[in-house]
Amino acid sequence: MSSPPRGRAFRVALAALAAAAAPSLASALPFWMRLPEDVSTYGGQIDGLFRLILWITGTIFVVVEALLLFFLFRYRRREGRVPHYTHGSNRLEVFWTIVPAVICVVLALMSRRSWADIKQNMPRDAMNIEVTAEQFAWNIRYPGPDGKLETPDDIVTLNQLHFPVGRAVVVTLHSKDVIHSFFLPEFRVKQDAVPGMSTRIWFEATRVGHWEIACAELCGLGHFRMKGFVTVETPEEFDRWLAETAKEARS
Amino acid sequence: MSSIAVARELPPGVHPEPTSFWRKYIFSLDHKVIGKQYLFYALFMLVIGGLLATLVRWQLAWPGRPIAFMGKLAPEGMPNGVMLPEFYNSLFTMHATIMIFFAIMPILIGAFGNFVVPLQIGARDMAFPTLNMLSFWTAVPGAVLIIWSFFVTGGAAAGGWTSYAPLSAVQPRGQTLWLISLLVLGISSLLTAVNFITTVINLRAPGMTFFRLPLTCWALFVTAILLLLALPVLSGAMIMLLFDRVLGTTFFLPKGLIISGQPLTNAGGGQALLWQHLFWFFGHPEVYIMILPAMGITSEILPVFSRKPIFGYRAMAYSILGIAGLGWIVWGHHMFQSGMNPILGTTFMISTMVIAVPSAIKVFNWLGTLWGGSITFTTPMLNALAFVSMFVIGGLSGIFMASTPVDIYIHDTYFIVGHIHYVLFGGSLFGAFAGLYFWYPKMFGRQMSERWGKIHFAITFICFNLVFFPMHFLGMRGMQRRIYDYSQYAHLKGLQPMNQFMTIALFVLGAGQLILVLNFFLSMRRGQRVGPNPWNANTLEWQTSSPPPHENFHETPTVYRGPYEYSAPERGNDDHWPQNEPPSGRGVTAHG
Repeated sequence: MSSPPRGRAFRVALAALAAAAAPSLASALPFWMRLPEDVSTYGGQIDGLFRLILWITGTIFVVVEALLLFFLFRYRRREGRVPHYTHGSNRLEVFWTIVPAVICVVLALMSRRSWADIKQNMPRDAMNIEVTAEQFAWNIRYPGPDGKLETPDDIVTLNQLHFPVGRAVVVTLHSKDVIHSFFLPEFRVKQDAVPGMSTRIWFEATRVGHWEIACAELCGLGHFRMKGFVTVETPEEFDRWLAETAKEARS
Repeated sequence: MSSIAVARELPPGVHPEPTSFWRKYIFSLDHKVIGKQYLFYALFMLVIGGLLATLVRWQLAWPGRPIAFMGKLAPEGMPNGVMLPEFYNSLFTMHATIMIFFAIMPILIGAFGNFVVPLQIGARDMAFPTLNMLSFWTAVPGAVLIIWSFFVTGGAAAGGWTSYAPLSAVQPRGQTLWLISLLVLGISSLLTAVNFITTVINLRAPGMTFFRLPLTCWALFVTAILLLLALPVLSGAMIMLLFDRVLGTTFFLPKGLIISGQPLTNAGGGQALLWQHLFWFFGHPEVYIMILPAMGITSEILPVFSRKPIFGYRAMAYSILGIAGLGWIVWGHHMFQSGMNPILGTTFMISTMVIAVPSAIKVFNWLGTLWGGSITFTTPMLNALAFVSMFVIGGLSGIFMASTPVDIYIHDTYFIVGHIHYVLFGGSLFGAFAGLYFWYPKMFGRQMSERWGKIHFAITFICFNLVFFPMHFLGMRGMQRRIYDYSQYAHLKGLQPMNQFMTIALFVLGAGQLILVLNFFLSMRRGQRVGPNPWNANTLEWQTSSPPPHENFHETPTVYRGPYEYSAPERGNDDHWPQNEPPSGRGVTAHG
């Protein structure tokens, strides 16, 4: 996926920020205080923004709560204390209107770029897969030898999502019945599958391994067990798996 | 005959004092009685909503472990005490529905709004007392219906409080009762909204200009406007959904639906996302409907116990208006991952980031109010301070999901559940507790025990954080919300100890609320008797007896100044300055 230089510079800046922001002690934290492993190409962008917001809001949190506690202690009622009679300060009001506004707008602008990369700009020459959700399973359809979906040689699996490492995958999401949400936690992917709609989303794995698809949108009594399996493998392994699956389906 | 003659002499909206039990306590026209009726109603539903949450958390801590007595109480949902997934789905759906519509809204708007607004503006009652009675007595069948829905075939609604279509269109019968209940309750809220707006505009005492209104009145006035404009959208959507369910329309049902292997023959032409747009167009203002009154209460209490004017009164009033205005253009942030056009997502992200600003202004002004004050830590003050400190967390965690890329990961996880509870429990409910301790003396003429109030506060504050802060960690690990058994997933392995910890903390939190219940009821009889103005406050409700007489004031008050003139230098040693005290200092106005 070719990105404009501006975009690349932005991503480098974001990665640098994230690296600076990520506490060097991160790996020393207990597992539940860390984000799960990240195995997608754009996961770092999301995690970087998460950490950046964590640092900004964390700082504001500490400052505000510390001030609150300090005021509560410093200005507790004592004999002879005369409260400071004031109705406020316009200068302060302007100050604490503008500062949060600037922080929020900057965060929005930084987020906008990543959002466009992830959800708006689909990569070219990606592998196409179609996922149709139903209560409570994932139907996954791969293009057959002709390389096209919606043709008779398509290969269909239930709950088994395989794709090769290092190649962008575009998933087209559908639903047969109610709304589901296609959630790959380790890939930082989430997209609702809405009946009557066709939604496209892309991702690319950075390494091989086994993970899971979770349903993130309440879809009925079996929502909690609407699980699928993700296998990321080398291109050769993937081709072999696809050929075998196609053969099984024919026999 | 004579009573008719008396009635004719009274100004419009004013009614003679009732003498019969029924007219005095049950079908009362008096805003103070109706406020108390709402208070009992909301506290009762709060207990039910809390118990439902306890069951939800039980399942999350010990998935599948039976609770023997529940096997008898709910044999269909929990055969032999083991919870079924559909029952679990009903539990969190009903927990949220009851807490939002039947507990938080009635306590903040129905109870405090009704009781406080006419007193604070110096009115004899609400503008439409009969309508007010009707509001309450429409809310009652709403509650009966929602509780009844637990007992119909298939159980109570199980589609989440958001009831996303098409799932909500194909759910069992409980969903229909859910819709009818909320439609009925919606009528009640609309009547209340009209009444509040008219009352604040028309019945303010002489001299009570808008910029002399206490901030509680500002907040409730704006809340009523939000209710009036937002609720019809929800009601319209719910009527459409009801038609989809019972009349065969297809507003939310697209073509080609196959439910449980059966094609839904009538489906076609509808839009699943339409429900979400309509629901959240209501739903986001709804969040502010639940937080603005609590902000108002906090703004009321901080100056009283800091003995200082509120910092930036106008900024506080304008930020209420700002929140209320921006609240209409942020609904899409609930739908970033819904399949809505991602370009629209960017638009909603920017408006959502901007709405953080008025909330920040409020927090800084509360800090400014404390700065340089003379602070006493009464129970209402402690709860108001809890509101400030917890709302900061709930507000800041909102920035995470406002950022569209971050929202991809945390949307529909426990991070959101943590966020909403920091706003609605840490915010709204602490605000409600603060209001309860603060106005209790005015309502019942006696004070609640400060000692037990502080114990209740300490337990609630600590346990609240122990229950809800870990939710952010669960969300960071990717734990989906509304999930019956997370042990299914590899990425959620190892989270059970934390879930158990949270559930145990919830048991303590729940047990701690018994203190509040006991304190509330016992203080009605045994609480220390107080005079008209136990907190030395300036606003008009404290310038009449506790509890106030039938028509609130012995004579109509005239207002000379703003509500928060504490420790004014020209007053010397008297650190309060009632709004209705004439400038020369003549004629102190407290009666009784």
